[in-house]
Amino acid sequence: MSFPWAKPYEPQHPLMKWMDEKLPIPRLVYNATGPGYPVPRNLNYFWNFGVLAGAALVIQIVTGIVLAMHYAANAGVAFNSVEHIMRDVNAGWFIRYAHMNGASMFFIVVYLHIFRGLYYGSYKAPREMVWLLGVVIFLLMMATAFMGYVLPWGQMSFWGAQVITGFFSAIPVVGDPIRVWLLGGFAPDNAALNRFFSLHYLLPFVIAGVIILHIWALHIPGSSNPTGIEVKDEQDTVPFHPYYTAKDGFGVGVFLLVFVALTFFSPNLLGHADNYIPANPLSTPAHIVPEWYFWPFYAILRAFTFNFLWIDAKLWGVIAMFAAIALLFFLPWLDSSPVKSSNYRPLNRIFFWLLVLDVFVLGWCGKSPAEQPYVFLSQFCAAYYFAHFLIILPIISRIERPLPMPNSITEAVLAKHADDKSAATA
Amino acid sequence: MASETETTAGIEDGVRRRDFINIAAVSFAGVGAAAVVLPLVNQMNPSADVLALSSTEIDISAIQPGQAIKTSWRKQPVFVRNLTPVEIAEAKKVPLSELRDPQTIDERTKPGKENWLITLGVCTHLGCVPLGAAEGENRGDYGGYFCPCHGSHYDTAARIRKGPAPKNLAVPPYEFNSDTVVTIG
Repeated sequence: MSFPWAKPYEPQHPLMKWMDEKLPIPRLVYNATGPGYPVPRNLNYFWNFGVLAGAALVIQIVTGIVLAMHYAANAGVAFNSVEHIMRDVNAGWFIRYAHMNGASMFFIVVYLHIFRGLYYGSYKAPREMVWLLGVVIFLLMMATAFMGYVLPWGQMSFWGAQVITGFFSAIPVVGDPIRVWLLGGFAPDNAALNRFFSLHYLLPFVIAGVIILHIWALHIPGSSNPTGIEVKDEQDTVPFHPYYTAKDGFGVGVFLLVFVALTFFSPNLLGHADNYIPANPLSTPAHIVPEWYFWPFYAILRAFTFNFLWIDAKLWGVIAMFAAIALLFFLPWLDSSPVKSSNYRPLNRIFFWLLVLDVFVLGWCGKSPAEQPYVFLSQFCAAYYFAHFLIILPIISRIERPLPMPNSITEAVLAKHADDKSAATA
Repeated sequence: MASETETTAGIEDGVRRRDFINIAAVSFAGVGAAAVVLPLVNQMNPSADVLALSSTEIDISAIQPGQAIKTSWRKQPVFVRNLTPVEIAEAKKVPLSELRDPQTIDERTKPGKENWLITLGVCTHLGCVPLGAAEGENRGDYGGYFCPCHGSHYDTAARIRKGPAPKNLAVPPYEFNSDTVVTIG
């Protein structure tokens, strides 16, 4: 599970020796996140985001468990119980705003984590399983976030539940019975609210379990690094502790600063005013939009406004939206270039940034009303999104000429060091 | 060896007693597991109290031609609309071949009561409530209903004409109890 030069765990204290024989948890921690886990010496700050995502999950679980002590999952009182948390419960406003914005922070760091993986080719062999498990975590996060957003039972909660469970009714023949089964009724109501609460409480622990698998799978080959060159010998690595515990600790500090700034100074910046109106099954808000982290996928859903082949527009939209995520499962095999890091892939680097731009434009379309020019723009960008993974990436990974690469991580680091020095003397 | 003669003992048709016991035990456990999954899946279906709300009576006497009301059946919105003769004529004028979900207005109303258009107020795309039932709301390009969520336009017979929705607004099962009272469900 590690390199031969990893520092072995040798407990000195009799208690720790006793513990090591009975239940070697300290050994596990030492070898996973302590001095016993050698890590490439050249990781940059983009390698902080896994730990930050873990920190965000812990914040969500802690604040969420506290909120569940005051919240009532009943369609008659749910909205008022959230207002009770905001107005009456001691520090309730803080805990709820932390949970609300914690979800956004979780998605921000996870999106950065995903794009880090895309740029540096972290999804490639030997780390395909790490990537696949990551996509599973991403899907679980989306399900959890959606169900959490329904719980305050405001207008956006209700209509979000209506629209998202409506995806299932697009399935031919069995779609409507599936939707009724999921909701426990013909429209979102008490039955749906209760089960969403139950699952919203469960899924974060499932996510925690898959994160353990994600880290386990990562620790078999060890972390990748910005050069994409695999570790060759001891001088390419440093022990995780104290080097990366310190670097991650600094990252967590910056993360918390941004998080509290958002929570205290503009807690509703990323929310929707309509969700402070109690759910009304007879009136849809003029403009329903999901939370920002779903905008790009929502734009892909709405890009299909016409039937083609023998499938209707509604089903196309739903298929495309799920396919946009399912596609990520195939990424390790769509990109066949042996070079991981885009630092050495001039073509891939250009198309990586075009993809980033594409996703931002999709997000902007998803936020905007379903009219021109957004419909056309989302059609174009949705097509480009699929083209990137299915056409562009397989082609450039064959025709691209990578830049010359250093022989080892150490050589890359020392060359950079020499460059900096000569630049300083010049 | 003793164990070998033991395991091969009793073989007549290639099946050992132990094979039979293994298959029987695992199959029985599988049947038991399936029997437990059934109630766990079925509990998700609508409960008796949800199903009990399945019929609603409405008084339609106050709805003037050109007006509509919103009511609720099985917790879903229902539109009851009193069509004007012009709206009926407009709906009749459209050739069926132009429709995405071809249906005539007669198929969507009761005989002799074709001015009463009763549909669910649930967009067949993703379930928003279309606009157009209340006074002054946007009725879309075809004078019927307009769904603001994803831009579906319905005509005066509540048939889909433009936008992503695949079907016409659904007509719930209903009966006229008298000229002014309708039972839905």
